[in-house]
Amino acid sequence: MEQLLFEYPDRKPIDRRAHAGVVGSGDLEVLLEPSPDGALHVRVRTSVDGYGQVWKNVIDRFATRFEGAATIEINDFGATPGTVMLRLEQAAERIRA
Amino acid sequence: MTAEPTSRGRVWFEIFAQGGTVVPSGAASVLVADAPLPDAPLPDAPLPDAPLPDAPLPDAPLTGTTARVLAVVPDPHNPFPRARGGEVGLLEGWTLARHVRAAIDADTADETEPPGPRRPLLAIVDVTSQAYGRREEMLGIHLACAAAADAYAAARLAGHPVIALLVGKAMSGAFLAHGYQANRILALDAPGVVVHAMGPEAAARVTRRTVDDLHRLVEANLPMAYDIRSYRKLGFLHALLDGIDADAPTPAQVSRVRSAVAQAIDDARRGPRDLSNRLASPEAMHARAASLEVRRRLAEQWDER
Amino acid sequence: MTARERARAVLDEGSFRELLGPFDRLESPWLPRQGIVPQSDDGVVIARGTFDGDRAVVAAIESAFQGGSMGEVSATKIACALDLARRDCNAGNTVRPILFLESGGVRLQEANLGLGAIAEIHAALVALRRLTPVVGVIAGPVGCFGGMSLAAALCTTLIVTREARLGMNGPEVIEQEAGITELDAADRRLVWSLIGGAQRHATGFADVLVDDHLPDVGRALREAFARGTPPRHRSADVDRYLARLHDLARTADGDAVASLTPDDLRAAWPREHTDDR
Repeated sequence: MEQLLFEYPDRKPIDRRAHAGVVGSGDLEVLLEPSPDGALHVRVRTSVDGYGQVWKNVIDRFATRFEGAATIEINDFGATPGTVMLRLEQAAERIRA
Repeated sequence: MTAEPTSRGRVWFEIFAQGGTVVPSGAASVLVADAPLPDAPLPDAPLPDAPLPDAPLPDAPLTGTTARVLAVVPDPHNPFPRARGGEVGLLEGWTLARHVRAAIDADTADETEPPGPRRPLLAIVDVTSQAYGRREEMLGIHLACAAAADAYAAARLAGHPVIALLVGKAMSGAFLAHGYQANRILALDAPGVVVHAMGPEAAARVTRRTVDDLHRLVEANLPMAYDIRSYRKLGFLHALLDGIDADAPTPAQVSRVRSAVAQAIDDARRGPRDLSNRLASPEAMHARAASLEVRRRLAEQWDER
Repeated sequence: MTARERARAVLDEGSFRELLGPFDRLESPWLPRQGIVPQSDDGVVIARGTFDGDRAVVAAIESAFQGGSMGEVSATKIACALDLARRDCNAGNTVRPILFLESGGVRLQEANLGLGAIAEIHAALVALRRLTPVVGVIAGPVGCFGGMSLAAALCTTLIVTREARLGMNGPEVIEQEAGITELDAADRRLVWSLIGGAQRHATGFADVLVDDHLPDVGRALREAFARGTPPRHRSADVDRYLARLHDLARTADGDAVASLTPDDLRAAWPREHTDDR
């Protein structure tokens, strides 16, 4: 298991939280909730070690689309980058809905 | 006893059946007896420290209640071949259920006024596993084991003190069926007294590790440990009795175990009929902190609106 | 369907309220220490709400997380929810308990804590089902095994699908422990013929066979609660099952039921109507 942390400053406040996904094979869960300090924080726990750069690319890309000041926790069980993005988008969609 | 295979279950069953009546159980692998047990701890009389057969037990003040003693033992002629080594199989689960329920029914039918105290049930636990077999599955071993657990739980809820005495293996589904529904669990602190969900060889295969790797992991993870001293640290035990030879106890050792059982019966009679005492021990406060937090916070959120 | 989706779908629309949900973060304290990624709800969804207008509680196991295995937190969530339901029923506020039991049994990484908490689930079931029917559902192909198969057996009514499996020992474990001549775990047809939902229903180990289709499950639940608590639960039907086993042992000459097939068992132990128990 590996832990990764990402941070993106100067985001817009949000007031809702959302959950998506399960920690099943090839899948992940995302917990997204308001962050108190105006930044976007992403903490990843993944079962597959050594993919830090891949994660950074996915999260960077998500951060360009999502402007909220959120704390996001990801519990990953070997999801592909496509699935990661899908779950992040689902959670983001739920706080907009 | 002649050609019967020895087992700790049989050794301790015979100790506790002494002076009582053996009840024909209908299955050679299930031993049942109604035998006198003291209500209160015996005085600590000095006893000759010799192996059992050489020295008969002194007359103990066995004026208290009659307890129903139950054990599962190996039966090389078991009609179900996968249950010949002391496993809890189909016959064992249902037969335990039958004799536990018979004790409940007998005390329920007792119409003396005021009703006497419910008789204690003592489960001698030395069960190597549930029976692993194709026919066992087809014929519903899950229901047979549930029937035994159900009967013990029903006895506890009816007010019978249910005591489990761990003298050997207390493995997985077999322990769930025979012992884990007790008000109080006692164990001998002796080699071979083991509580676990799966034997180390099978657990290593299922988790795709070597047995050595598994044992290293076990050392750092208390819930995965096999030995009874580690198990005690989880808080489920009422007492761990040290200095007892589990295979050939001396009379003095037997006397100590009997006293501990009597004390546990007394304690159970005074406590609630649920399993809450297992979470009240100092060990549980530490090892089962997450269990306690789940229970506290779930209760808080239950009625919240 | 995820466990959360099932729990939400079975309750009356708009009534779902999750307890100890993901943001309460009661995850397993033991998995991360062993390098295993935990899940924020430890794989069990507890939800209150109403079912057909009656107060209800759902406990749904997420089989995709660690095979639906029961750890300290997940098993305690179920045991405690059943205990709280019993408290309410005792106070005259009936709560309808619905369990979705998709579980491989004890989580080996939390071995003795999982086993001990499963014993607490059994204790809670025996105490609660006197006050209200407890209904279990096994829907998915993961099935229900180990200590949780005993929990299924303790339910007042058990609803299964054809895809479901119910057994104490998983086929792979039996093959490992007893050899491939005892059971070939890769033979799916054989496995389902022994412990699949249709066979369990035909031989009386389950009460209702449904398609994994929400209205059907809902109807079966409604009927189960309407029937109320039986005079004798299946797991207390001792004389009947002992007589059946002794009959088999008598006729089988030293090795009980060596040649008994699943079809034979359907004839020998036919399912009776639930109301007859």
